[in-house]
Amino acid sequence: MVLSFHHSLCESIYIDCHMTDILNFENIRKTFPGVIALDDVSFSVARGEIHTLLGENGAGKSTLMNVLTGLYHPDRGQIRIAGEQIHFTSPRDSLACGIGMVHQHFMLVPAHSVFENILLALDNIPNFYSRKTYKQKIQKLIDEFDLDLDLDTPVWRLSIGAQQWIELIKLLMRDCQLLVLDEPTAVLTPQEADRLFNVLRKLKQQEKSIIFISHKMREVMEISDRVTILKKGRSIATRTRGDFDESTLASLMIGRDKVPQWQKTLQMSDEIVLDIQNLSVRNDRGMSDLDDFNLQLKKGEILGIAGVAGNGQKALAEVLTGLKNTNQGRILARQKDITNSNARYSYIAGIAHIPEDRKSIGIAPDMSVDENLIMKSFKSGSFRNWIFQNKKAIRQNAEEKIEQFAIKSGPDGTPVRYLSGGNIQKVIIARELSEHPAVLVALYPTRGLDIGSAGYVHKVIADGADRGMSTILIAEDLDELLKLSDRIAVMFRGKLIGYVNPRKTTREEIGLMMSGETPGDKA
Amino acid sequence: MKLVIERREISSALLRFSAPIASIGIALFVAGFLLLASGVSPLDAYREIIIEALGSVYGLSETLVKTTPLIFAGLGVSLAFRMQIWNIGAEGQIYIGAMGATWVALFSGIQNHWIMMTAMFFAAFFCGGMWAGVAGFLRARWQVNEVIVTLLMNYIAILWVDYLIYGPWKDPKGFNFPLTAQFSDTARLAEYFDTRMHSGFFLALFCALVLYLFIERTVWGYEIKVIGSNQRAAKYAGMNTGMAIFFVLFLSGAIAGIAGFSEVAGLQHRLQHGISPGYGYTAIIIAWLAKRSAIGVVIVSFLMGVLLVGGDSLQLLWQLPVAFVYAFQGLILFFLLASDFFIIYRVKLIKGVVHA
Repeated sequence: MVLSFHHSLCESIYIDCHMTDILNFENIRKTFPGVIALDDVSFSVARGEIHTLLGENGAGKSTLMNVLTGLYHPDRGQIRIAGEQIHFTSPRDSLACGIGMVHQHFMLVPAHSVFENILLALDNIPNFYSRKTYKQKIQKLIDEFDLDLDLDTPVWRLSIGAQQWIELIKLLMRDCQLLVLDEPTAVLTPQEADRLFNVLRKLKQQEKSIIFISHKMREVMEISDRVTILKKGRSIATRTRGDFDESTLASLMIGRDKVPQWQKTLQMSDEIVLDIQNLSVRNDRGMSDLDDFNLQLKKGEILGIAGVAGNGQKALAEVLTGLKNTNQGRILARQKDITNSNARYSYIAGIAHIPEDRKSIGIAPDMSVDENLIMKSFKSGSFRNWIFQNKKAIRQNAEEKIEQFAIKSGPDGTPVRYLSGGNIQKVIIARELSEHPAVLVALYPTRGLDIGSAGYVHKVIADGADRGMSTILIAEDLDELLKLSDRIAVMFRGKLIGYVNPRKTTREEIGLMMSGETPGDKA
Repeated sequence: MKLVIERREISSALLRFSAPIASIGIALFVAGFLLLASGVSPLDAYREIIIEALGSVYGLSETLVKTTPLIFAGLGVSLAFRMQIWNIGAEGQIYIGAMGATWVALFSGIQNHWIMMTAMFFAAFFCGGMWAGVAGFLRARWQVNEVIVTLLMNYIAILWVDYLIYGPWKDPKGFNFPLTAQFSDTARLAEYFDTRMHSGFFLALFCALVLYLFIERTVWGYEIKVIGSNQRAAKYAGMNTGMAIFFVLFLSGAIAGIAGFSEVAGLQHRLQHGISPGYGYTAIIIAWLAKRSAIGVVIVSFLMGVLLVGGDSLQLLWQLPVAFVYAFQGLILFFLLASDFFIIYRVKLIKGVVHA
């Protein structure tokens, strides 16, 4: 079933490989202004194959999938579906070709039931359809894959894992032959992930093809038939099962890039700079994002926050940086209550990842680098003359920061929206740190950054700690947390489960805590 | 082969600059057919508009008279647009501003010209501002859509002024016409060159300059721009967005309110029915055409003034209805909004096999 040694040269050597390949990508190139997102990417997916795309954040996986689903148009190169060259103009086209995608962010209507959400995704439903027939059809799928899902439950009441089942069923009801799963396990607990893998294996038996996107090495090892490694927008290798192990994949993925090293000196004191007491935050649905949450941050420490995404990390960052209001509880800075005080904005700084739409909390996208750099300090004396802005000082500040943080900012006055993600991140970091905050809240600060930029962010955080700044580091990559943190706090469903010492703990211990089990005596 | 619509990654500056000009051109072209349908040669009509509005001292002065309230209202609307707040209630704010100025002129008893002018100015400023401030408060406090509130409050404002001039404020010596009494000389702006042109025009230019400096140079202008660009970022940076929304809508309405002051003190010298024949709505088109810049507002207001004065002559010469001018304005806005599509997207021809 799996042809072991064809990938990019497929069409020139084996004409007949199109018979078994459901998808061929040939020399796809996609550029954005100033960035080559994809450069000569080639790979193919056979029928009944689970093909993993492995790559660091920013290697081009998401762009590649957006090309496949018709959101982006490649500048160059060809896409073949079952041997036939195609040109997608919208996701509708790719769905019509039997390609279905489960996005990281689910496309569901929260107030509607599971059944209604699935129905919404189907074409050609007669005006007077029989609820019963459709329900039976869907129920059959649910039973077949052994998913536990009640068709009449409204979606907002379901766990993230269950919502993912709905997305899968939607695609199966449409009879998709090629399923694309974009980091499906990022939001799942280990147990839920195992169930997902069982479903994927069953799908494989039915001759469906699956593109699995991940950067978690153990999952890749467990599930993949073939792995294509993406690095900096290039497909650098495709390996077949039996021909790879964790270390070869890792070295291919990271390549010869040096992982930046720094000396993290352990010098946290016992002085508590931030004390979060009984914090509760409800979201729009009236559910608790944070539920009686307690946390203590010491001076000069990097406190890692571990947890499966969606367990309140984002709410925590938003409350601390003043974007969300608390329903209950207090935030104390050196014993002073700053829960509802403006002092919070200068005491606590925040950096966060850059979402794809670039409209994050961090920047004003239509304004220049100069203007973005002073967003938190524009009122202070150095940037104003009476009621006027001191343009000279603002420009000078920008020149200093651009040089100091090596920001590639383009011509003067370029709106920040045209900068690359890494450079936007640098703008934000430069601005946040220029205020010399006592506490830095970093929410997924390296997500979407290349290795160099990520290393740079780590260095900034570690250097800050040397100067006595305390950091709350919220990240999803355990390695990142283990490498950087002085202590790790684990969150589950808006509660603090416990602290662990990163130098003594094990992945298993943290994993257990992430699924809500309180730590044993040893921690 | 297939036509494909793609999003541009960067919209070119040339395109953004030429779009308003092209929209006016296309609107002129399409309006030509309306003229043809009424049996008027479009070229004759356009020539007539230019000659009438710019060809004589009288024409030019009339154009500036029309330009004046348009500048005020356009500035007010564009200020709010700058922050992505859609104030479409400039019409009502003009009426309420005029009402405030009239109240001072008729009932304050001030005798000094300058004190009178200052008092009328601030009365109009404050009344227009509070009128829009209601929408600002509702929006900031409870997220009530400001488009609906400002629009509906236009009707209240116009009918309220009607009530005043048909009722309590009616000139007892006015033969029962719906007018207030004429203002005394202390309550009138200076006029120039023996025409109807008055110092309101210079006040409007000054106002544009102040607003330009306010937006581009001051700390508050910066805050408004940040909030307009990304409200979440502004909130995160510690800005009080609710306060800013109220403040900007207040200021926006206040500037539109000055148009009311300038109309009653400079031109009408009394409050009467229909003091604004839709200046507040034209201001929306002006703000959009000017790309929300204060200097642009002055230029576009002048063009609209030409159109209004020239349009009057079309009525006299060919008995065309005034609706033609509004139809033309509508066409400009229509093509301008359509041109945004081509600024953001591009249409591409794709060769090759297509699956769909």
